[in-house]
Amino acid sequence: MTLAAATAMAAHATTTSAASESQGFLSPTGVEIAFLLVGLVTFGAAVVTVTTKQLVHAALWLVVALGGLAVEYLLLTAEFIAWVQVLIYVGSVVVLLLFGLMLTRAPIGRSPDADSGNRWAALTVAIAAAAALVWVVVDAFRTTWIDLDGAAAGSTEVTGASLFQSWVLPFEALSVLLLAALVGAIVLSRKAKANAADAANTATTTSAPSPRNGGTRNHGPRNGGTGNDTPRSDKEGAR
Amino acid sequence: MHLAYPAVLSALLFSTGLYGVLARRNAILVLMSVELMLNAVNLNLVAFDVWLSKTAQDTLHSGQALTLFTIAIAAAEIGIGLAIVLAVHRNRGTADIDKLRDTAETDDDSEPDDSGAARPEPAEKAEATA
Amino acid sequence: MTTTTLAVLVPLLPFLGAVAGLLLGRTAPGFVRPLAVLPPLAALGLAVVVAVRQGGEQAVSAATELTPTGSVPIELALYIDGFAALVAVLVGLVATCVQVYSTGYLRNDPRYPSYAALVSLFTSAMLLVVYSGDLMVLLVGWEIMGICSYFLVGHYWETPEARAASIKAFLVTKLGDVPFLIGLFALATDAGSFRITKILGNVASGGLDHPTLIALLLLAGVAGKSAQFPLHTWLPDAMAGPTPVSALIHAATMVAAGVYFVARLLPVFAASSAALVVLAVMAAVTMAGSALAALAQDDIKRVLAYSTIGQLGYMTGALAVGDRGAAVFHLLSHGAFKALLFLGAGVIIHAAGTNSLAAMSRMKDLRARVPDAYWTMTVALLALAAIPPFSGFFTKEAVLGAAEHVATGHAEGIPGAVGWIVLVAGLVTALLTAAYAMRLWLLAFRGHGPEAPDHGRQPIVMNAVLWVLAVPSLAFGLATGPLPDWFDGRDLTPTLTTSVLGTGVALVGGIITYGAWRHTMAMAARVPMGAVAAHPEGDAGLVEAEAIASHAPAYGDVASAPDPADPGRLLLGPLHRHAAVGFHLDAVYAALFVRPVQAAATLVRFLDREVVDTYVRGAGALPRWLGTAVRRAQTGNLQTYVSALLAGTVVLVVAALLVATAGA
Repeated sequence: MTLAAATAMAAHATTTSAASESQGFLSPTGVEIAFLLVGLVTFGAAVVTVTTKQLVHAALWLVVALGGLAVEYLLLTAEFIAWVQVLIYVGSVVVLLLFGLMLTRAPIGRSPDADSGNRWAALTVAIAAAAALVWVVVDAFRTTWIDLDGAAAGSTEVTGASLFQSWVLPFEALSVLLLAALVGAIVLSRKAKANAADAANTATTTSAPSPRNGGTRNHGPRNGGTGNDTPRSDKEGAR
Repeated sequence: MHLAYPAVLSALLFSTGLYGVLARRNAILVLMSVELMLNAVNLNLVAFDVWLSKTAQDTLHSGQALTLFTIAIAAAEIGIGLAIVLAVHRNRGTADIDKLRDTAETDDDSEPDDSGAARPEPAEKAEATA
Repeated sequence: MTTTTLAVLVPLLPFLGAVAGLLLGRTAPGFVRPLAVLPPLAALGLAVVVAVRQGGEQAVSAATELTPTGSVPIELALYIDGFAALVAVLVGLVATCVQVYSTGYLRNDPRYPSYAALVSLFTSAMLLVVYSGDLMVLLVGWEIMGICSYFLVGHYWETPEARAASIKAFLVTKLGDVPFLIGLFALATDAGSFRITKILGNVASGGLDHPTLIALLLLAGVAGKSAQFPLHTWLPDAMAGPTPVSALIHAATMVAAGVYFVARLLPVFAASSAALVVLAVMAAVTMAGSALAALAQDDIKRVLAYSTIGQLGYMTGALAVGDRGAAVFHLLSHGAFKALLFLGAGVIIHAAGTNSLAAMSRMKDLRARVPDAYWTMTVALLALAAIPPFSGFFTKEAVLGAAEHVATGHAEGIPGAVGWIVLVAGLVTALLTAAYAMRLWLLAFRGHGPEAPDHGRQPIVMNAVLWVLAVPSLAFGLATGPLPDWFDGRDLTPTLTTSVLGTGVALVGGIITYGAWRHTMAMAARVPMGAVAAHPEGDAGLVEAEAIASHAPAYGDVASAPDPADPGRLLLGPLHRHAAVGFHLDAVYAALFVRPVQAAATLVRFLDREVVDTYVRGAGALPRWLGTAVRRAQTGNLQTYVSALLAGTVVLVVAALLVATAGA
């Protein structure tokens, strides 16, 4: 909070001075420079995430990218969203992804086949999409500026007021959706558990029982647990 | 601040996520790329909400509310998605997307049947070697 | 009940019996036999009552129109004159006898229920033809008879002969039925009605525009149904059916339908002297040719079949000279004695285990084993050969007398040549008829050689029926006196000239045959022959089916056997070879119709396979190539699909942006 306040204050100081003068590309303010630098880091982390050959490193670089985005939210004065981002993405989603990597026995270290044979087509499509989007966005918002002066647009108070005044009904509908996701995760886990039990049974009947088999059998409940965890933490985060 | 900065960053992140979705082999990495794409959209939402809240007189902060909703839904999605990936991994012994080709067109019609018949076998093998 | 109601019941009862038999055949086997026998019996009783009530007086005529049918009305009409009443009695009698006989003949046959129901249906259709006063209703019965004949001839459909025979019978009769139908339409168009009474009234007032055309078209159908030259070839082959069917359909009733039809519409034919000449020539060729062919057959039933064709030739001859009384008179007596002959032949086949006369002539004491068949068939053969005082004598003399009447120029409107043709042909045929009747009798009952394997006694019903039918064969001649009252009133008593001539040639034929037989008999012992069915415990139907199936393998042909002891071979000399195969008419048909049709079918097949299919294959090739190309894209890899999807999206977005910005 203190960090956000400090950054906001600094941004406030810089934008007020800049806003009075004529605004332009070549006269970046401090916030803009900060945004640009953090954005570069975020983008770089994202690129490494999708290109690295080490799967666990990809998850960790994802943390960097998501954290960078949280900083960008702070720079845009959306502090509540920034902390929600940190809490949910960095705190839970990435942990969940790491658990997933672990449970699927992802190799640790460099795996040469992390990218599929589709990568050149993917690169083409991605670059084309990036070029089209950047062109359109730059073309459209060439002369648009965000006024970051005044009260923060995304303080906890403002966000909470709008959420519980204007967005109560969607909010409650979202809770129903989360409940559905909860039930869905449980159902999927139970089915997987039954399958695992079957497989374990056949394995024990066909081959000699081994301690590893017991270990495999334990995956089912653990998976159910992770499935359960997710919506709960989301719900907390959403509130 | 110039609006183009967050917008361009958002577009670049989105394209990066797009590349990841299309190029990654491991299903969990694909899910990570999807998260990147969602976050790019979130950044756009926040940036435009901040811009509009200063430009227009009375906004409902819909961008930020929607961002919150998106985050919640993304988290639910990652939960369900991981559950599915784990189920697939348990059944097939792999989480590689390009090995899940049951819908592929084959020359002889008996081939698709083995998805039902032969599926338990590798899973069992994987269980046994685990 | 009124006579009309009774008359309606006559065809209706066998029809209901047939329906009930078909429905109950599997579920209630106990009802099948009563359902088979009782309806024809009841129909016979009712037909007798109708005949007594009608009594040769004014014709009973009734009609009801169910629904308007356009410019030419079709009515459910009854028209019962003396002809119809008496023919119905004959049909009822023969049908009842055949049903009773079949209960014994086919007693173990698994398909007996459907067989009995078809016979009942056939009887109903024939009675409908007899009683109908409307040509369309008559045609319905006519065609039902055709299809029943098809099914019944093919009763032993396991054998290829029966299958071929049933298809041949159906096709050949249909070949005649097509012109017949056209002729009916032409007649109805000319007369303005399908009612027989109205048509006859119209003809009497000279209202027909095209009498020759109509008569010739109708003659084609009559020739098909009544097995007249050149459409007679189906009848000998139809002997592949069970013997009772041969007796009912191919001797007494269905083949008589054509003759009966002409008798009913005789004024239509008489309106055209050309038609009468054609009829006479047809009758003469049929008579003489079939009698020669009968002399050469080895299968006892085929002898009788050719004999039937010949006797039908007598009837058409009588019609050609304009005397329908004589024609129907001969029809009645022939129906009785020919049914008797066929049923007796069934008994003999069962007892001998073979249908081959050559084999029978090498069996001792066949007549002692089947005394009933021996005596009754002797009577029937004498009637067939027209020896007085049996019924055949009176009826045949009636025909010859009518022909002589015309030949000597006493009839108006009928060319004398017609009379001469019929008279000469009739006398020649009388000679030949006596010859083949004698040959049949001698070969079947006077055989020498080893004793045949015993097939047990025939069921009592089979023998009893023979005696029932022997009565009219023996004594129908007594009806010569009262019958003209029922018919046109023309005298039917034999004239002296033709009686002497006819009986004389018949005696000559018989004696010559006897002499030839004495001459050849000695050879029989030297050439052993004979193949008999090997199931003594089986019922008569099974024995006959096996006999028919084994005839061709044993003797090389279904029709004849290479038997030097055959008197027919001696009598016919070089003609025997041709007569045995029916004077190669089947070969002519094969050359004229079968081979061109087969060639055309081959051509069509070639066109279809090679020409039409080429276009079809060509049209199918392009989509298949495209499909193969598209199939390559179905890799099952989701990332490929999504890549293509997103690439397309990007392209579309860029295109949309370019369009939008270009307009701005």
